[in-house]
Amino acid sequence: MISPLQSIGAVALPAVEGPVADFSDTPMWLSLVKALLIFVYLLISTLLVIWFERRIIGRMQQRPGPNRNGPFGLLQTLADGMKSMFKEDIAPAAADKFIFTLAPLIAATMAFVSFGIMPFGDKAYMFGHLTPLQLTDAPVAVLLVLAVASVGVYGIILAGWSSGSTYPLLGGLRSTAQVISYEIAMGLSLVAVFIMSGSMSTSSIVAAQNGTASWWFIVAAFPSFLVYLVTMVGETNRLPFDLAEGEGEIVGGFHTEYGSMRFAMFFLAEYINMFTVAALATTMFLGGWQAPPFIAAINDGMFNAGWWGVLWFTLKVWSFMFFFVWLRGSLPRVRYDQFMRFGWKLLIPLTLGWVVLVSFMRAAAQGWFGTGTVVTILGRGLSLATIVVMAVVLVLLFIVAYFIDQRGEQPSATAPPDEIDPFAGGYPVPPLPGQTLREPDRRIPAVEASTLTAKEETRG
Amino acid sequence: MTDSYVPLLFLLGLGGAFALVSVGLSLVVGPKRYNRAKMEAYECGIQPTPHAAGGGRVPIKYYLTAMLFIIFDIESVFLYPFAVAFNSLGLFALVEMVLFIVTVFVAYAYVWRRGGLEWD
Repeated sequence: MISPLQSIGAVALPAVEGPVADFSDTPMWLSLVKALLIFVYLLISTLLVIWFERRIIGRMQQRPGPNRNGPFGLLQTLADGMKSMFKEDIAPAAADKFIFTLAPLIAATMAFVSFGIMPFGDKAYMFGHLTPLQLTDAPVAVLLVLAVASVGVYGIILAGWSSGSTYPLLGGLRSTAQVISYEIAMGLSLVAVFIMSGSMSTSSIVAAQNGTASWWFIVAAFPSFLVYLVTMVGETNRLPFDLAEGEGEIVGGFHTEYGSMRFAMFFLAEYINMFTVAALATTMFLGGWQAPPFIAAINDGMFNAGWWGVLWFTLKVWSFMFFFVWLRGSLPRVRYDQFMRFGWKLLIPLTLGWVVLVSFMRAAAQGWFGTGTVVTILGRGLSLATIVVMAVVLVLLFIVAYFIDQRGEQPSATAPPDEIDPFAGGYPVPPLPGQTLREPDRRIPAVEASTLTAKEETRG
Repeated sequence: MTDSYVPLLFLLGLGGAFALVSVGLSLVVGPKRYNRAKMEAYECGIQPTPHAAGGGRVPIKYYLTAMLFIIFDIESVFLYPFAVAFNSLGLFALVEMVLFIVTVFVAYAYVWRRGGLEWD
């Protein structure tokens, strides 16, 4: 047990390994071409996904959805965009004009940047250069996504503040609090993946999931995936977490006062952000651009090379898009206090506990706790590693139990009566589940009854 | 090394140019019909409340959330280098990191018990 303490002085901190992707054969002009391609990819994807969302939602609500402009209504979004272009761009008199214009620009510009580090595929030839299908990669690539997302929050808060109006201010604050709260759980959920892959570069993380080193991290880090799935919805302000735009409470949220192209920029940013979190989920948990295992096995990995990666990547990202739409079609909006409680009191401690557990399991797998059998219980040898991991799990369980116990001490509300009089308070009250309604008195005075039937008749 | 960040500037430039051009173009081609009522802040059927200069008063909860965010965001940022260099750091770093998490957890439990995470 002394050796690790002593050896820390001897072991120099390791140099940060560069990304797996090799950009040595990529001249600057090719990067510019790639940037342009990603830009176009994002714009077309956004045009398509808005149509896709409206069609799917339409089907879920048993109506056709937009089907007039272009084949299957595919050009609907383009038409909407053109329409908003030709609308008057107004700003409220009380608005801070400069910031009011700056906010949507920040939101839209920042939305594009994160995609620069997403690996679309393996190496492929572009204009005679063998180059990775990825704009760029850095040893801290994933950190860049989180950083850019944080800068994008400025767009929201500044829009809310500069509108000079009540509802945008409240919506902007809500939205900001929501995004930063869920960013913590999102950041923590990624730690398990960093431990497993030993890198924060996106191309190295994809390479670590190639099946030989480890299978896709959705298996090994499943709890992280679940937490990420929740936080990515909270992070993008999508239903059921679109509290910033609760129409019944705060109208349109931070973009209430926006119209025309400035509003369209927020809209664009929201959808590109959806693509960004989906692409990050694909890269971190679903093996990035790699083909599903049974397809990857065909013909010695034929479908896993070159440009094929773009197809798998796009398919995986779009399955997340369908998930977003599905959520929107199925779930009602949650209440703000429930939302914040869920994030702060459940997701954060849960993810922290999971990170500790993963590091202990990892350490046990490395043999840091020793490999020999220490005790034998019921004929099964338990190594020190197993004992340490079990102890950690137990401690975590105790902590969780402690907090659940705390919650149990709150006085429970008095049980509602079995039968209620719906008109007791003067206005109708719907029954709770399990309650029965006391039937209202049906005897109507004769005069009123006759006038009622007379009215019914005249109405037809 | 810094070369790997230059392509991101291309993407930033493209995105920025697109946003600027779209917003600018709509200012040029959109109609302009002045109407005083149109310039008022949104309100549903009543006179808008005058908006206080500088945004007015903000519920303290948001301020608290921002402070808590800093604590926990720093924590997760500290966890990143530990996670990346996990294999080479060894048992010492693991123990150290658990101590760090426990320390932050004490603050977390304190905030929870004092009602800092309640939202009314």
